[in-house]
Amino acid sequence: MVMNKKPLRSMSPLQETIYRFSQNKVSLIGLAVVLLLIFIIIFGEFISPFENGVKQNIRMRLQGPSAEHWFGTDAYGRDIFTRVLHGTKYTMMIAFPATFIAEVIGIILGACAAFYSRWFDNILMRVLDVFQAIPGQLLALAVVAALGGSLFNLVIAMLIARIPASVRTARSIMLSLVGQEYIDAARSYGSRDYHLIFRHVIPNSLGAMIVSMTINLSAITLQVSSMSYIGLGVSPPTPEWGALLSEAREFIITAPHLIIFPGIAILLTALSFNLVGDGLRDALDPRLRD
Amino acid sequence: MIKYIIRRLITLVPIIIGVTLVVFTILEMTPGDPAKMMLGDGATLEQFEAFNEKFGLDKPFVSRFFNYILQLFTRFDFGTSWLTSRPVLDTLKARVPITLIIAVSSIAFASTIGVSLGVISAVKQYSKLDYVSRLTAMVLAAVPVFWLGMMLAILFALKLGWLPSSGTGSWKHYILPMMTLGLPYSARILRSTRGYMLEAVRQDFVRTARSKGVPERYVIWKHAFLNACLPVINTIGVYMGGLLGGAVVTENVFGCNGLGSFIINSVKRKDIPAVTGGTVFLAMIFALILLAVDILYAFVDPRIKARYTAKGAK
Repeated sequence: MVMNKKPLRSMSPLQETIYRFSQNKVSLIGLAVVLLLIFIIIFGEFISPFENGVKQNIRMRLQGPSAEHWFGTDAYGRDIFTRVLHGTKYTMMIAFPATFIAEVIGIILGACAAFYSRWFDNILMRVLDVFQAIPGQLLALAVVAALGGSLFNLVIAMLIARIPASVRTARSIMLSLVGQEYIDAARSYGSRDYHLIFRHVIPNSLGAMIVSMTINLSAITLQVSSMSYIGLGVSPPTPEWGALLSEAREFIITAPHLIIFPGIAILLTALSFNLVGDGLRDALDPRLRD
Repeated sequence: MIKYIIRRLITLVPIIIGVTLVVFTILEMTPGDPAKMMLGDGATLEQFEAFNEKFGLDKPFVSRFFNYILQLFTRFDFGTSWLTSRPVLDTLKARVPITLIIAVSSIAFASTIGVSLGVISAVKQYSKLDYVSRLTAMVLAAVPVFWLGMMLAILFALKLGWLPSSGTGSWKHYILPMMTLGLPYSARILRSTRGYMLEAVRQDFVRTARSKGVPERYVIWKHAFLNACLPVINTIGVYMGGLLGGAVVTENVFGCNGLGSFIINSVKRKDIPAVTGGTVFLAMIFALILLAVDILYAFVDPRIKARYTAKGAK
């Protein structure tokens, strides 16, 4: 690691974390891509209006990349660049709420399991064993089979598929915290359980939970797009990335550009979340650095 | 050892019952009347009633569930398809070998590449090879499986013409699915192997072995690697769930008629018993794989083995 010029002693833990994160170039690139994605979601309409991605033009169908159509056009002559650009929104609309709610449920159940040990923990672990015996993708498939594929149902499906892992992560983090001296100290001067949970355990677990959330975001991005790809997620007229690829399947020989660009968008999104997650983990706990 | 295996097998029973309950409950939430969905609006009232009676839909949820569990454990019956009226198990039996070939070959492929490159990467930390393999692994871990499949198909099937891009027939058909599913997991295995190896080579016993003059090759493979092996095996087991889910998608990309495409098609046709059967069956395979990993773990780790062999089983 680079020698620190400034003494770390004068910094607050948060400043220290930010400083360490900013020293990690790879993670900064990841963060830049994430910020770019947020920028695209907010200002996508100004970069290239949604209209361009819907407007059909049969004379311009299946064109390769050009100055006018950066990523080329699809079978209906629609601009792929615009469709990929606006696809960001759909993926994030599913991935963000699903990840966030899964983490919140994880924190609540994890805290309960760590505190009201024994019976609650036992039951929770048995239930989790059952849920984790079903591969996440299949759990999501079963939910879509029951409810049907739509944006909202996909959030539910991803949520159900993700909760077991989040609860397990949260539980192990909280269990490791409960054994710490400062919790014993707080308990010894008479803090009640809810005070311990909300003032000590949850704030101290947040760092690790944010790391797991960023990495989950990457996993869910991949899962959402694969659900749409197999035709059980967002359906084609909507320019979701997986749906774009699903539509492009029949043109795999004649127009490979239809496949390359949406795929790179998914790859970059998942990669950047992973990079930010790795960087945060290293910044929060430098001992974990390899 | 046998006692350990039997004990682990018995713990599978409640898991399988639980899995069935979860899948049953989720699919119970399907809106609409199954008979109407399957037979269409044109069918007569008698036809509806006959359909409901045939598939036990006239009975309440709890009795259907217990009946299913009973059938499953006594006769290994996974229910009857609404669409074809044939036992789901027949289809499962025909299709599971394809899924197993894809899953097993890709995990073997992923473990071989991931573990060997992971060890080399850790031993030669900060070398060029280390950077290149870590960078590749980082990208591959974020690649969507189906997209990788399409790209590999474009390269090897369409441009080079070396391999067939869809179907199942010869061993050649399985190479692309194996690479598609194996590459992202080899990346994940590489990352964790590297991490555990780095931890292992810093241990005192490794320094002791070196100072005794043990050749470097033995230090790495016998002392460090054997100790890093345990968490690596564990990680590979954890990845199996994702890998089986990925197999479902991979089959779809390459048009393989395995368990995955069966489940996907059944979801699309709203053939609920087929979805239930397929999902429970795949979960059972997953549970058996995890069991195999645990047994392997016990074999590799002398501490666990000793507990079960020395003083009799506890």
